Amino acid sequence: MPDTVITDKPLLDIKGVRQSFPKGSGEDLLVLDDINLTLRCGEIVGLLGRSGSGKSTLLRLIAGLSRPTAGTILYDGVPVRGPAPGIAMVFQTFALFPWLTVLENVAIGLEALGLPEHEIRKRALSAIDLIGLDGFESAYPKELSGGMRQRVGFARAVVVHPKIMMMDEAFSALDVLTAENLRTDFLELWSDGQLPIEAVLMVTHNIEEAVLMCDRILVFSADPGRIAREIPVALPHPRDREDPLFRELVDSIYVEMTARKPRPTVRSDRMAGTGIALLLPRVGPNTMAGLIETVAGYEGRADLPEIAKELNMEIDDLFPGADALQLLRLAETEEGDIRLTPIGRTFAEADTEDRKRLFARQILAYVPLAAHIRRVLDERPTHQAPKSRFRDELEDHMSEDYAEHTLRTVIGWGRYGEIFAYNDQLEIFSLENPT
Amino acid sequence: MATEPMPTSMTTRPSIPSIWDVAAFAIVVALFAMIATAAQQMMRPLAVLDIVPVSLDPWNLPEYALRTTVRMFAALAVSLVFTFVYATVAAKSRRAEQILIPILDVLQSVPILGFISLTIVVFLSLAPGRVLGAEFAAIFAIFTSQAWNMTFSLYQSLRTLPEDLDEAARSFRFSSWMRFWRVEVPFAMPGLIWNMMMSMSGGWFFVVAAEAITVGSTTITLPGIGSYIALAIEQRNLAAVGWAILTMAVVIALYDQCLFRPLVAWADRFRFEQTPGDEAPESWFLTMLRRSGFVRAATAPLRRAMRWTFRRPAQGENSQNPAARWLRSPWTDRAWAAVVGVLAVYAAVRLVRFIGQSLVIDDVVTAFGLGFLTLIRVSVLIALASVLWVPIGVIVGLRPRLAQRIQPIAQFLAAFPANLLFPVAVFAIVHFGLNPDIWLSPLIVLGTQWYILFNVVAGASAFPSDLRDSAINLRVRGWLWWRKVVLPGVFPYYLTGAITASGGSWNASIVAEFVSWGDQRLVARGIGSYIAKATEAGDQPRIVLGIAVMSVLVILFNRALWRPLYRYAERRFRLA
Repeated sequence: MPDTVITDKPLLDIKGVRQSFPKGSGEDLLVLDDINLTLRCGEIVGLLGRSGSGKSTLLRLIAGLSRPTAGTILYDGVPVRGPAPGIAMVFQTFALFPWLTVLENVAIGLEALGLPEHEIRKRALSAIDLIGLDGFESAYPKELSGGMRQRVGFARAVVVHPKIMMMDEAFSALDVLTAENLRTDFLELWSDGQLPIEAVLMVTHNIEEAVLMCDRILVFSADPGRIAREIPVALPHPRDREDPLFRELVDSIYVEMTARKPRPTVRSDRMAGTGIALLLPRVGPNTMAGLIETVAGYEGRADLPEIAKELNMEIDDLFPGADALQLLRLAETEEGDIRLTPIGRTFAEADTEDRKRLFARQILAYVPLAAHIRRVLDERPTHQAPKSRFRDELEDHMSEDYAEHTLRTVIGWGRYGEIFAYNDQLEIFSLENPT
Repeated sequence: MATEPMPTSMTTRPSIPSIWDVAAFAIVVALFAMIATAAQQMMRPLAVLDIVPVSLDPWNLPEYALRTTVRMFAALAVSLVFTFVYATVAAKSRRAEQILIPILDVLQSVPILGFISLTIVVFLSLAPGRVLGAEFAAIFAIFTSQAWNMTFSLYQSLRTLPEDLDEAARSFRFSSWMRFWRVEVPFAMPGLIWNMMMSMSGGWFFVVAAEAITVGSTTITLPGIGSYIALAIEQRNLAAVGWAILTMAVVIALYDQCLFRPLVAWADRFRFEQTPGDEAPESWFLTMLRRSGFVRAATAPLRRAMRWTFRRPAQGENSQNPAARWLRSPWTDRAWAAVVGVLAVYAAVRLVRFIGQSLVIDDVVTAFGLGFLTLIRVSVLIALASVLWVPIGVIVGLRPRLAQRIQPIAQFLAAFPANLLFPVAVFAIVHFGLNPDIWLSPLIVLGTQWYILFNVVAGASAFPSDLRDSAINLRVRGWLWWRKVVLPGVFPYYLTGAITASGGSWNASIVAEFVSWGDQRLVARGIGSYIAKATEAGDQPRIVLGIAVMSVLVILFNRALWRPLYRYAERRFRLA
C-alpha cells in the first residue's frame, strides 16, 4: 500500500524473545536469543537467514503456535497467547486440506470465525476471484499444480482479512518460474492496495526474493538465531532484478552473510565448537566436488551470487557448500566471493583416485571428529567401533539431532576419502573396506 | 468482484425428481422398513424362540440374513462409537494413553470366542425374559471381533496427523471440536474404512458362533444365518449348508456393492497423498446417491447443523491455569503410575484367586503345554501358507489385469467364514481314518490364508516398474530375481498379511480344533479345543485360564516375532 504511508503504530512489538528446547544432556538448546523487532502498518518485513537460524521458530511464536521461553510478543498492544485473530499464515508446504475443494479450503477459516453462511460464501468467492483462482472453485488440491495450490494458500489467508499475513518460505516449494509469477502477482495486489491486510512478515532464505519484496530485511545469524543486521530496502516497486542498485544490494547482503568468518561455534563455553564437536556443514563430497569444478571454471575465483544464479541454488544449498570447502581449506570466501586455494586447484585437476587421497588428507587434518574416529579404529585390536560410542561423545556437546547429522556427514566424508568403512545395519565403524 | 458465476457444485438442480431420486428413495425406505421389522422382533419375549424355532426351510433364509445383517451393523455402529471415544482419549491424553493402548493390545489378542459364554449371563440379565438380552450378547460378541483394529487405526491416524495441517488448523483458530471433525477424522478416514471392511469380514466368522449361544445346559438360538448353519451341521443337512453358503455369498456381495465400495470411492478424497496418481475407485451406488437431489436434500439439515456446531469461537487453548500446570508435574505422573500399578496388582490377585478356587498349578502347566501345541500348529501353517501363496501372489500381482480379477475373489474368500466348510473336513478325516491332531490343523488357516494372498498381490502390483525394468535389463532371472528383487519388494506387504492371518488363526483354533458334524466329533489337542471344551461344559475357571494362556502366548508371539520383523521391514524394505 504505497498510498498509505508507513505509520508509526506498531502492529507487532517483540522484545527480548528467547526460545530454547531441552536437549539430551543437561543444558537447553538455545534456538533464538534476544530477538527484538517491530512490524508497522503497510510494510513487508523479511526474516532472512540460513536454515537453523530459528526464523521459522520465530514465526510460529508470533502465530501463537508455541510460546517463547522468555520475552514478550505484543500484537496490537496485547500479549500473544495462543493463535490470535488477525494473524494468518501461508505455509511452505501449502498445508491445504486434501479432502476439501478449493472453495471449502478458502471458506473454512471463515467457518471457524462463525460467520453467517451467505457472508462466508461471498467473501470466499471474492478472495478466490482476487487471487486468480476463479474456475477452480470445485477442484480438489490434488488436481492443482503447485503454483495453484499456493494460490489457494494465499486466498485462505487473505479471506479472513488478517492484519498481519505471515509467509513461511511460501515460495520455496515452487519451481523458479511459478514462484516468480506468484511473487509478482502478490506484489501487484499489495501495491494496488487490493489486499485486505495491513502488514506482511515473511521468512525466506532467498536473498533476491527478500530484496524484491521487502521494505526491511532482518538478517539472522545462526546458533543461536539472532538478528545480525537490519537492512532497509528503499527501491520503488515494481523492482527490477537487473537494476544496478538492486544487484548492489543483493551483493552486499551476500557479503554480509559470508562475512561472519569464524563458523558460529556451538555453545561458546567449554571448548565446544572446536574439537570433535565442530559443527560440520551438511554437504556431501559430490556437491563439494561440483562446486570446486564450477569455481575452477571461473579461473578459480567467482562471485557467489553469480554462482547461485548459474547453479540455480539457493543460499541454503550454496553457503554450506562454501563453508565445507573453507573448512577443508579447499577454498576461501570473502566479500561475497569464493576463491580456490592451491590445494583446491590441485583437486579440481586431479583424477578420482588422487581426489580421494587429497580429500582424505584434508579431512584427517581439519575435521577433528574424522581424525578421532580413525585414531580409535587404529588403536583397537579389532579395528572396529560402534557408532554409539561416538554419538555419546557428541551428545555431550550438542543435541541428539545435531549429533546424528554430524555423524551422517562425517560418515559420508570418511567413506569418500576411504579413511574408514561403516556398516549401517550393525551401526559399526571399521577399517575393512570390501576388497 | 463477487459477480462470479457460482461453482458448479452449488448450482441448483431441476426440482423434478430424477431416476436417481426414485431409486435412492426406494432403497432408503426399504432399509428403514427392514430395520423396523428386525427391531420389533427383538422386543419379543424370549419364549418366542422356543415356539418358533429356527427351521432349515431355505425360504426363511432371506429373513435370517436380514436379522444377521442388522446384528452386524448394530455391532459396527457400537464399534464406531467405541473407536471414536477410546482412540481419541488415548491420542489426546498422555496418561490415558499409557494404560489404554496396552489394554487394547491385550484385547486384540484375547480369543473372542471364549468370551461369549462369559458375557451372555450379564446381557440376559439386562433385559430379562426378552429376546433383546440375547441379541445384546450376540451383538457384543460381534463387536468384540470388530472394534480393536478400528480403534488402533484411528489412534494411529490421530497420532500421525501431518504437522502443517495441524498448524494450519490451529492458526485459523478451529475449536478442538471443529478440528476433530474437519481435520483429524477426515485424515483418519481411509484407514478407518479399510479396517471397517476387515472387521465386517472377521465378524462373519463370529456370527456363526454368536447366534447359537450355550450357557451351561441351556442353548439360546437367535434366528439368523449363523444359527441356521449350526442347525444344519447338527442335523447333517448338506443341502441346507449349501443354501446358507449361497445366501452368505449374496449378502457379502451386497455389502460390498452397497456399502464398502461406495465408502471406499467416497473416502478416496481423504487420501493424503496429493498426486493425481492412480485410478480413483468407482461405485454405481455412490454415484446414485450423489446424483440424487433427494439424498442431498435429506442430508442438508444435518450438514448445516454440523457446521453450526463449529461456530463456537476457539478459546485460548494454550492458557496455562494452575490446574493444568499441576496436572503436568512429574509428581502427578508418579501418583498416576502408582494408582495404575495398584489396580493392576489387584486385578492379578483376583484373577489368580478365581482360577485358584478350583484349579491347581498342574492345570496351568497343562494349559501352557496345550498352548504350545497350538503355537506350533499356527507357526507351521502360516509358514506353509506363505510358501504357497507368496509366489502365487507375486505372479498374479505383476499382471495387472489378472490381479484385478483375482483381488476381489481373494477378499471375498477372506470374508467368507471358513467354519462353514469344517463339516467337509470332518467327513473326510473320518472317512479316511486320519489323525485329527494333524489333519484338523489346516482348518486353522483355511479362512486366514487369503490375507497373505491379497496383501502380496497388492504389494506386487505396487512394485515399481522401473525396478522391474532394470532387473530385466541386467538379466537378473530365476532364484536371484526372487531373492534380490521381488521378495524384498513385497516383504512389508507380506508381513501385514501374515500378521493379520496369524492373529485370525489363533482365534480360529477355538473352532478348528474342536469340530463336529452331527454327533460325530473330532478334537485336536491344543489350547483352542481346551477353551471350546470348557465352554461346552460351562467350566468358568478353565475358560478364563484358557483365555489367559492364549492371550499371553499371542502377545509373546507378537512381541518376539512380528513386531521386530515389522520394524526391520520398515527400515530396510519400504519403497519410499
